[in-house]
Amino acid sequence: MTTTADRGPVAITGMGVKTPVGLDLASFWAGLCSGTSAAGPITQFDTSEHPVTFACEAADFDVNAYISPKEAAHVDRVTHLGFAAAVDALAQAGDLGADPARIAVVAGTGVGGLITLETEITKYVHKGAMRVSPFLVPMMMSNATAAFIALQHGFTGPNFCVVTACAAGTNAIGEATRLLRNGEADVVIAGGSESSITPVGLAAFNRMGALSRRKDDPAHASRPFDGGRDGFVMGEGAGFLVLESWDHAVSRGATIYGGIAGYGRNTDAYHITAPSPGGDGAVQCMNLALQDAGLDPSDIGHVNAHGTSTPLNDAAEAEAVVKVFGDAGPPVTSVKGATGHLIGAAGAVEAIASIVAMGKGTLFPTANHEAPDAELAPIDVVHGTPRPLAAVPALSNSFGFGGHNASLVLIPSSRSAG
Amino acid sequence: MDRSEAFANLKACAVEVLHVDEGVVTEEARFKEDLDADSLALIEFVMALEEQFDITVPEEELDGVTTVRQALDLVMTKLAARA
Repeated sequence: MTTTADRGPVAITGMGVKTPVGLDLASFWAGLCSGTSAAGPITQFDTSEHPVTFACEAADFDVNAYISPKEAAHVDRVTHLGFAAAVDALAQAGDLGADPARIAVVAGTGVGGLITLETEITKYVHKGAMRVSPFLVPMMMSNATAAFIALQHGFTGPNFCVVTACAAGTNAIGEATRLLRNGEADVVIAGGSESSITPVGLAAFNRMGALSRRKDDPAHASRPFDGGRDGFVMGEGAGFLVLESWDHAVSRGATIYGGIAGYGRNTDAYHITAPSPGGDGAVQCMNLALQDAGLDPSDIGHVNAHGTSTPLNDAAEAEAVVKVFGDAGPPVTSVKGATGHLIGAAGAVEAIASIVAMGKGTLFPTANHEAPDAELAPIDVVHGTPRPLAAVPALSNSFGFGGHNASLVLIPSSRSAG
Repeated sequence: MDRSEAFANLKACAVEVLHVDEGVVTEEARFKEDLDADSLALIEFVMALEEQFDITVPEEELDGVTTVRQALDLVMTKLAARA
């Protein structure tokens, strides 16, 4: 099919989510629109020794609907979640009509198979070297999800992972867009997955001071851009999309749900975890994405923020949004009030939320955002109830520890081919 | 422990670790072809046998072990050596 470089948008023809507020698109959307948070006491392990005892778990997820118990035993939960989201996306996309050698997979994750790593380290400490599982490496490696999706479907095209912490899901979609534009694939399965709610994972994020400690009221702990925010809430989940060159999608008669028109990514090179002063890295990143899409800030009708609910991120991001869009910029949302922070899956799940919002003509509220923080630059955070949304382009941000910034410009399906 | 009791215990390990039905775990069964156990799964299975029978099986002794009978022979040898 397409073999020459094409700077135009790529088409989204399938989406799948496994999130704390919903395990399919319909329930995910309903959960977002309800404006309530999925945060609650952690059920996967005993938290009695932890200062933080809550998270957003995908508690009802059952991998046995997707793979056999034998297969499930030899892949980590991060891959269970990612694979299941990819299968859902592929089901929605239908027959891809592509040579398997022209189907790529790009997957993002923050830390890979942390549950497996912790389990096996514990075995090593208590029982010795000869009790460590031979499956530890293939289960924990960050590229396991991308490999497993390809293995199960026979997709032999380009296959790699993006490991840029909380920006990984957005970077994966952006790198997939580049593969399609460069003519290196006809279809890319792209997204991210995360399952790092473990005893050590929880302890580690808490020791950074990154997590909300509102343990007497977890349901109101993740509150992006709100004056009472005190940190993020860990979440687990996955989001995957089927992306195609626009011509390929049209020629096979696929339903197109929207598109990726622009991708920006850069790095603060300022501090390993804190955002650059004034959100300058984020400003440049958003501008790169707009330039890549050939759009002006005034063309954007919705900014889906990274909006983690940490004091530092939300302050820097609000300032950056105002620098790019002005004092009367487009409405801003954060999915993380509802889902918590899905780390390497966040950007993918949030791109899907933005595309669904465009299709529905409705903006979901930012859960738990009750009162704007007077200390923040003035942004219009959608909260309380859903709001009507015109079918115009949106911009979605992700920023990762390490100073990684990634932004996508998403467009409605109404765009004509060419 | 006699051979039939050891075989019953070995079968239980195979069912749990290799995710196979008890009925297919015969002495003639081949790990790769009949029990769908690749080299990593075989190592995991031997770890389960070591715990089940409280024996130690050095990796070099697994060379050439391709059937359930050979694995059971190995277990019986280890048990006899321990007695």
